Parts: sequence; structure tokens; C-alpha cells
Amino acid sequence: MSKVFSRPESLLDTPLHYCPGCGHSIIHRLIAEVIDELQIRERAILVPPAGCAVLAYNYLDVDAIEAAHGRASAVATGLKRLRPDCVVFTYQGDGDLAAIGIAESIHAANRSEKITVIYVNNAVYGMTGGQMAPTTMIGQKTTTTPFGRDVDQAGYPILICEMLSQLPGATYLERTSVHDAKHILRTRKAIKRAFEVQLAGQGFSLVEVLSPCPTNWHLTPAEAHRHVPEQMVKTFRLGVFREPGDGRVSC
Amino acid sequence: MSERVLFSGNHAIAEAAILSGCTAYFGYPITPQNALPEYMAANLRRRNNGVFIQAESELAAINMVIGASAAGARVMTSSSSPGISLKQEGISFLAGMELPAVIVNMNRGGPGLGNIAPAQSDYFQSTRGGGHGDYRVIVLAPGSVQELIDATRRAFELADRYRTPVLILGDGMIGQLMEPVVLPEPIDPAQIPERSYTLSGASGRPKRLIKSLILDTAKMEEHNWKLFRKYEMISAEIADAETEFVEGAKLLVVAFGTAARIAKGAVKRARAEGMDVGLIRPLTLWPFPKKALAKASRSCSNFCVFEMNTGQMVEDVRLSVQEGTNVVFSGRPGGVVPTPIELYRAIARIHHRVKKGAAV
Repeated sequence: MSKVFSRPESLLDTPLHYCPGCGHSIIHRLIAEVIDELQIRERAILVPPAGCAVLAYNYLDVDAIEAAHGRASAVATGLKRLRPDCVVFTYQGDGDLAAIGIAESIHAANRSEKITVIYVNNAVYGMTGGQMAPTTMIGQKTTTTPFGRDVDQAGYPILICEMLSQLPGATYLERTSVHDAKHILRTRKAIKRAFEVQLAGQGFSLVEVLSPCPTNWHLTPAEAHRHVPEQMVKTFRLGVFREPGDGRVSC
Repeated sequence: MSERVLFSGNHAIAEAAILSGCTAYFGYPITPQNALPEYMAANLRRRNNGVFIQAESELAAINMVIGASAAGARVMTSSSSPGISLKQEGISFLAGMELPAVIVNMNRGGPGLGNIAPAQSDYFQSTRGGGHGDYRVIVLAPGSVQELIDATRRAFELADRYRTPVLILGDGMIGQLMEPVVLPEPIDPAQIPERSYTLSGASGRPKRLIKSLILDTAKMEEHNWKLFRKYEMISAEIADAETEFVEGAKLLVVAFGTAARIAKGAVKRARAEGMDVGLIRPLTLWPFPKKALAKASRSCSNFCVFEMNTGQMVEDVRLSVQEGTNVVFSGRPGGVVPTPIELYRAIARIHHRVKKGAAV
């Protein structure tokens, strides 16, 4: 009998700590599958975020270094510049990347650092207990927007792909989701493409993944998975925002 | 390389770093140390095939330092007071993750934006860890351009030996001073032994992890004690001070860096006037050379601490000397550089009272 499905080699046989219905487990697996497929496990270096996914290094069988809140792109820059043959990737949440670390993210993209950023957007702060994120949607209730996000007080959700697509250095940008099988496969393809862009030395690549957070959205896992296509994609349009060559500027 | 060449302080550190096998520099401009990154930009890549990035902020710069250090490079950053405050986040992480790095602070007047004049007001920040958490940073306090060069070479060696960040504390004056110096022999970066914990991709070995998150309190405590033992070892091994005219002195001036240069002039003049005055110059501010001060206080019971701040090192001096020792302070904060005459007058006043047997 042939084996058609198994755990990726790059994913350690360790129980994941994530809440039921959380997207991190799926995204971890996709990354591991892509690392296996591209045969880059022995060249890969992971920079996990502060937040729920800080323990990603317990699950992925690759070299890793922690970064302070928001600084993953800067740490990855230092690593990649000194180890150009390694495949350096960050794994960051919306608070990590789009709030405290937005300067590092923008400038790493603008320098077109040859790193890959896996950006998990669940529109809420997970680990700290459900506070407003920069991506929290208008009207969305969180512990610090108890009456719903009010733009007069808290501004608008930040659209990272749209924003970074203004920068010539941002080589590959795509927003995907993991709410169903079709979109999970699409996300896998995007992650693979992002690593390929790095391997080809083409520049900065980022995949923004819309991901359910049932615990802090106060929804069941099934409801949370429906919430993504029904609500989140209205604010966060899925698709490819940048392909290699798009941003080339002539001098 | 015994030929003497003229170098400014900021350039000298950069040149010494390149000659010490530094292959990565990350920084953000701030006066009065900009000549250092400028020199790196012009030379690092060309000479050591190194990496220079002008980061978007001090926060980004120190975190790039973390990445480069984890990648196995000898790496340096430099800044001045407000910039060093921003770098403290990363310095705490470097200490927690036990990663080596060299950090230069050309101290200016503060707090806040302060001014761009030479000061020593970052003494507490430098010697008490500076950032969050239970840690220490080795602090070297050179007093001439030649000493900046020697301190730079030593800083890289100490950082690697103890796996810890090392701070070179200068100021706006020493950074811009020009003096003839002798450069050290160049070190080929390829000849520097590879670190056992470097991240390079888990090829043919188990994966490596560099981190400072330790959720288990017992393990975190163990880590803190491990760091503590390392700091105890550093204290025993590298605490260093230079002494002059200590034997028979009735009054000892304690000063570091630029203040010590001024103090030397004042002490020499006082001695020429027949006063029994000596000088102790800490070369390491952390670890503080407690033994040298304790020993001196057995024969001399009057100390004058001279600093370009409101008297921060006074605390370390008081903690080091024998009970019953008189410790007074003389100095100017805010970027004012006192003259040797000013200090000489203070010394003469104190010496006069000591001679009369009055309290200082």
C-alpha cells in the first residue's frame, strides 16, 4: 500500500499548543510542507514573533532565533546579509508586524531584503488577551474597543499588502486565507512562491494570511472559519498585489 | 604596524573594528558619532567584504546586530545617548540570548535630547545594565584615541570570550579628538574561530535555537543565576584601573575617560605645588575596579570623584572604599567640559582642609 499523506519532515512530532480552530497550526504545516518540497530545511532560519506563535520554533525543525516585539524583519535582515545562502523567514502576527514593527517591516520591504515574511492577520491581539490590533475591523469588538472599533478614536484597519505594494522593493505580495481547503491550497502555493522569490534572489516577499481566532473573536471554530469569507475579506481583499518585476523603477 | 598615524576618535574605532575582523555594522545617525558609521560605509565592504546598513532607527540597527551576531559575525553598532536608550531593548536581548556584540556610546549631554556636547551622564545607564532584566554589560572607558583603538580590539575579544555585549563608553570630545596612534595587526575574519551556536541552517546537525523566552520560572531563575555567575567571573577577571602617585597620597582623585585626562593635568599641577595628590582611573566601569579602590583606601582616606555629570560614579567609589573614607564630588554636568585649573582649585581646597585635619 502506498502512503499518500504524512507529517512533513520539517514539522516535529510535537503537540501544538494552539486553540481549537486557530489558523497557526495549518499555516505551520503549510510552511513545513513547502520547506520539504523545496528541500531547504538545512538552509532555513526562522525568526518567530512575540505573541501566540513565538513557540513556532518548537514545531518547525529548522534553526531559529527569537526577535523582540516587532523586530523580526530587522533580525532577519542581519541574518540574511551575513548568511546570504540561508533561507531566512519571519513569522509574524498583525500586532507584531503592523503595529510595533511596522517601521522595520516597511524598511525591510523598501530595501528589498531577500527574506520571506509570513504575516498572519487575525485582526486581534491573541496572546495578550484579545485587544485591538492595527487590523481590527471597523465596528469589531475587542477588549480595548468594547463598543466596536470607532474610526474617530482608533483609525482604520491597516492594509499591509496594499500599503507595501507602493514600494518598489516589495517584490512579491499576496494575501490569502486558510478558512477552507481551497484557500489553504492557495496559501500553500503563495508560501511556496514567496520562498522561490527569495531563492531566486529577487527580493522581499510577503504572504499575508487571514486566519481565524475563535477564542478572541468569541466564536466557535466553525463560526470563526465562516467569519473570514463573510466578513474579513470585505476589508482584506484576497489576491496577488505584487509580482517580481512589477515595481521596477528606472533611474 | 608600528608606524604612527593621525586619527580622530570616531574614525579610529571604525578602523580598529575593521582590523579586528568586524564584518557587520548597523547604525543610525546621531551627533557626535556620525564619522564612525561614515567610515564604516566607506571601508567595511571594500576591506572586509562586510555589511553596512544605515538602519531606519536605532531599534532596527540593534536588532540587525542581533541577527548578524547570531549568524556568526563580529558585529558593531554605535550611537550617542538618546540613541543608546533606544538600543537598550536589543542590548537586553543580546545579554539574555548570550550573543556577543560591540556597542559604542559617544555620550552627550542629557537627559532627553540634551545637547551634543561631551558628557558622562550615561554612567548609570551604562553600568547598571541599562535595559530591562537582570543583566550587566562590560563597559570600557578609554581616555585617548590610542585607547579607543585598544578598547575596540579588546571589546571584540571580550564579547566573544564571554558571549555578551560590550560597551565602549566615550564622549563627544574623545570621538572628535585627533591624535597620533599605532594601529593593531589586522585580523582576517576567516581566521576567527566559528562559534558553536551560530545559526547557519541545520545541515548535518540538529537544529539550533537562540532565544531569551523562558516561561518556566525555575528555568528562568537558573538562567539568571548562570548569567550572574558569568558576571562574577568577568568581575574577577577583567576589572582594571590605572593608578598614578597613589603611594603616600593624602588625596586621591578618581576619574574616567575624558574627565581623567583633565584630572591628570590638575593632579600634575597640584603635585608640582607640593600637594600629596594621586589619581585612580577606572579602565573598566563595569566591572568596577573595586579592589584597586579598596586597596588605595587602606592608605588614603580622602577621595575626590571627578566626573562630567552630577556624581554618578560616586556611588561605586563609596561602595568600594574602606569604611571611614571621605568621598567628595567635583564635576560639571550638561556638556560642560571643566578645565584642569578648575579641578586644580577644587583639589587645592580639599587638600588644604585635609592637611589641617578638617573634614573634607
